[in-house]
Amino acid sequence: MTDILQLLVYGLVLGSVLTMGAIGVSMIFGILRFAHFAHGDFMTLGAYLGLSFISAFGLSSWWALPAAMVGMAAVAVFIDQVLYRRIRRTQPVILLIASFGMALILRSLVQLIWGSDNQTYASGIQFPWRLDWLGGLRLKPDHLWIMLISLGLVASVHLFLTRTRLGKAMRAMSDNMDLALVSGIPAERVIMVTWVIGGALAAAAGVFLGIDTRLHPMMGWTTLLPVFAAAILGGIGRPYGAIAGGMIIGVSMEMSTLLIPAAYKPAVAFAIMVGMLILRPQGIFKGTV
Amino acid sequence: MELTGIASYLVSFLTFAGVYAVLALGLNMQWGFTGQFNIGIAGFFAVGAYTSAILTTPSSPAYLGGFGMPFLIGLLGAVIASTVLGLVVGLITARLRTDYLAIASIGIAEMVRLFVKNEDWLTNGVRGIAGIDRPLAGIALDSSFAYLVIVALFVAGVYFLVERAYASPWGRVLRAIRENEPATAAAGKSIAGFRLQAFVLGSAIMGLGGGLYAHFFGFLSPEAFMPLYGTFLVWVMLIAGGSGNNRGAILGAIVVWGVWSGTDLLTGLLPSEHATQAAALRVLLIGVLLQVILVLRPEGILPEKPPKLIAKKR
Repeated sequence: MTDILQLLVYGLVLGSVLTMGAIGVSMIFGILRFAHFAHGDFMTLGAYLGLSFISAFGLSSWWALPAAMVGMAAVAVFIDQVLYRRIRRTQPVILLIASFGMALILRSLVQLIWGSDNQTYASGIQFPWRLDWLGGLRLKPDHLWIMLISLGLVASVHLFLTRTRLGKAMRAMSDNMDLALVSGIPAERVIMVTWVIGGALAAAAGVFLGIDTRLHPMMGWTTLLPVFAAAILGGIGRPYGAIAGGMIIGVSMEMSTLLIPAAYKPAVAFAIMVGMLILRPQGIFKGTV
Repeated sequence: MELTGIASYLVSFLTFAGVYAVLALGLNMQWGFTGQFNIGIAGFFAVGAYTSAILTTPSSPAYLGGFGMPFLIGLLGAVIASTVLGLVVGLITARLRTDYLAIASIGIAEMVRLFVKNEDWLTNGVRGIAGIDRPLAGIALDSSFAYLVIVALFVAGVYFLVERAYASPWGRVLRAIRENEPATAAAGKSIAGFRLQAFVLGSAIMGLGGGLYAHFFGFLSPEAFMPLYGTFLVWVMLIAGGSGNNRGAILGAIVVWGVWSGTDLLTGLLPSEHATQAAALRVLLIGVLLQVILVLRPEGILPEKPPKLIAKKR
């Protein structure tokens, strides 16, 4: 029983990471109508930006989070302005190819600047709390922080989307592009804010991954498939669905280690995604098919 | 480098380009003709390569094998295996937007790689399969040049077939789907059916490419089927050469493989302690090349030229 609870905790931590990625993928798909394949490498680059920041100023690991989020938001807007904006007028699928190329560019940049070896934010092992009232469940402080902070970030995205003018404009564009454009919504500004949020959340996912395990140039790419699975499960184009999708995928991936070798964890995410594509391609919460 | 050295480099270069040309032709059928976005090429490539290797190698305690079949049976097996894989992926995604195909195909490629890496009994895992013979092994004719001729024959054969397909009414429907899906559906064509056919045929061609690669290189390991080599280079080749144009696909394979090999010669000049950085730099250059093509000349070196309209009979 404790084993299952323990795996549930790991699953929720992984789910928090996937949620951060999937919200961005979902929003970008909603506004720009393409699956952003560089999102995994946004996560990687964000994590490494955070690493450079804390090692330059000698700060503790959690300082990597705000630095990575600000840095990656800027990088995302930059990439959009330099590359994606130029090909936005053609078919969305060209953007898909461009983002696939961008994924490789970012990954090789990370390898060039930071090298290909594993790195960590802080050396040493963190001692978990032992929760005796939950059957000796062990909880690392970092895991608790990851879950709480992602909860906070999700809440802020929710408030932004429902309470601000720009957030409402964003939802309108996602729901009905033509209607939104004729009613005078500033499309370029909405797109820019989409990249700011998508980039910042991807960086948060990367930092969470880095704090939970280690930093590696492939860390984001290997997480991309579960992130897409989460976005599809929740209904692609639906940021709220992404939360449910992320948690379901994260918990299923960790729970699966009870039954099958851990090497096949990504296969679980993939299987759920394929099942979803066959049975209900619009996702749990009706998304854009 | 001596003259023989240059000649043997050239032979190996052209054989590699030929294998990639087969992959690019397969992708052209899926993307160039029909507009289907497959970024799991590495998966089909790997399935083809491993199937052919397992069918043709002598028995070994380390992995499944010992069938000792001839080369052509191995290739046939490669084509059949990748056809089956293509059918499965195609059936799931034919009715959905191409973004879903993209995501599903990258998933299938990762699954194939995970499977190959972890199922030692079948593929010898990360240690890989060695000693895959060339088709003429043991005969006096056997040489790397002879294999280049064989690969060239296969490229020519595949080119002939896809070119016929392109000009046929069937190919016209595929282009119609790519250009305007609702109008094609309104004309009474089964969109999902045609998509599935094109996808499966393209996958079969990629499997053939995998088989040709296995017998050329003689050694297979999961590392060869990372998305970079298996998938990304093929995409850059097709986009650079001109998607939709079969000659462009072949030309793109030769040109981009030339660029890729050229960057290897360049970064080889760097001191060896920078080897990993050099590899990253090569990927960076190819990635930037793709973006430049997409922004400046999205139609590629040889743009698509639809076949002439058949003159109306009076």
